[in-house]
Amino acid sequence: MRDFIIIGSGPAGITAGIYAARARLDAVILEKAYVSGGQIMNTYEVDNYPGLPGISGMDLAKAFRGHAEKAGVEIQQAEVKGIEVLPDRKIVHTSKGDLETKTVLIATGAGHRKLGIPGEQELTGRGVSYCATCDGNFFRNRTTAVIGGGNVAVEDAIFLSRLCQKVYLVHRRDELRAEKILQESLFDQDNVEIVWNAVPEEIQEENGVAAHLLVKEKTTGQSRTLDVNGVFVAVGIVPDSQAFQGVVDMDEAGYIRAGEDGRTSVPGIYAAGDVRTKALRQIINGAGDGANAVNSCQKDLATGSWK
Amino acid sequence: MEFKFDKSNFEAEVLKSDKPVLVDFYADWCGPCQSMGPMIQELASQYDGRIKIGKVNVDENQELAIQYGVMTIPNFKFFKGGQVVDSTIGVTSKEEMEQRIENVL
Repeated sequence: MRDFIIIGSGPAGITAGIYAARARLDAVILEKAYVSGGQIMNTYEVDNYPGLPGISGMDLAKAFRGHAEKAGVEIQQAEVKGIEVLPDRKIVHTSKGDLETKTVLIATGAGHRKLGIPGEQELTGRGVSYCATCDGNFFRNRTTAVIGGGNVAVEDAIFLSRLCQKVYLVHRRDELRAEKILQESLFDQDNVEIVWNAVPEEIQEENGVAAHLLVKEKTTGQSRTLDVNGVFVAVGIVPDSQAFQGVVDMDEAGYIRAGEDGRTSVPGIYAAGDVRTKALRQIINGAGDGANAVNSCQKDLATGSWK
Repeated sequence: MEFKFDKSNFEAEVLKSDKPVLVDFYADWCGPCQSMGPMIQELASQYDGRIKIGKVNVDENQELAIQYGVMTIPNFKFFKGGQVVDSTIGVTSKEEMEQRIENVL
């Protein structure tokens, strides 16, 4: 039986792995993907992590994993299907079999939220995308729209403005949530038009690919049609917590209820990173969560309160 | 073994192949593509001799990407007798990829 199983290898899971290895816990990280990093793999440039200004998300993810491997933590590729809580142990069900452990850290992170409007699903891969760094190049010298107003949306719009002829940023409010420094950079781009107070209603196709984005302007109630070749959706995230429903307490949105110490409603199960209830979801505090969870785990193992 | 397809060998290796072919349209700067890479390699050895599996770098082969309507990557297309018979996009589980491969064999 293991001491500690870490599910996920984004910033929270990797940090927990490093701390667990240094604490000499018998730990393993389970990652469903074939590489580590989670959402940062899709980030063009991470500019707010101390000491590494301008590093690409991919390079940061590689550096994180390299550090964990150097620290000696085992990383296995397996998808976790659920956790069974028994009085004296926990069983983690995975795509590669069952594993027994005293404690578990859920650091599964989050995925992108969908708009849920007509045309979105049908045209995904035919003009609708959730990854500007992946697909931006297919829209070179064309017109695109980004939907959202947070950091990812504004970063995507800036990234696309360097490739596309014109970029619309469609946001439902009259101000952006993104960091001011990103907003400044966005406002400097001549080929970006911000469509304020606008709610996307439908994506329409022409010849099998996305061609029009219909938005409703909230203040006037009027509809407007934006002629675009691509629509990039960046309207936030949804926690990747479905496998743990009914095991630990969650809020209405599916975030696992836990404080800064990472302890969930079940003794010996912790949550860290984007999957946990918290006010700000960044790489830096995801990593911080991972360290905190190991600290709680060590204490609980020592006192027996992990059972 | 995993193949590398490009515009010069696409017709011979993919369209005129006597076995079904799985083509992975990818790019180096695409995170999800990087994440699928090792799985595709694994599948290539797992199904060696039964299906041909290989990559197309969309940066170096834009004509092929345009010709096959690739507007998002990673993008997996299954060819049989020179025709696309199945396709899927984005990060996909190994179980699903295996199922799709079995379906075209």
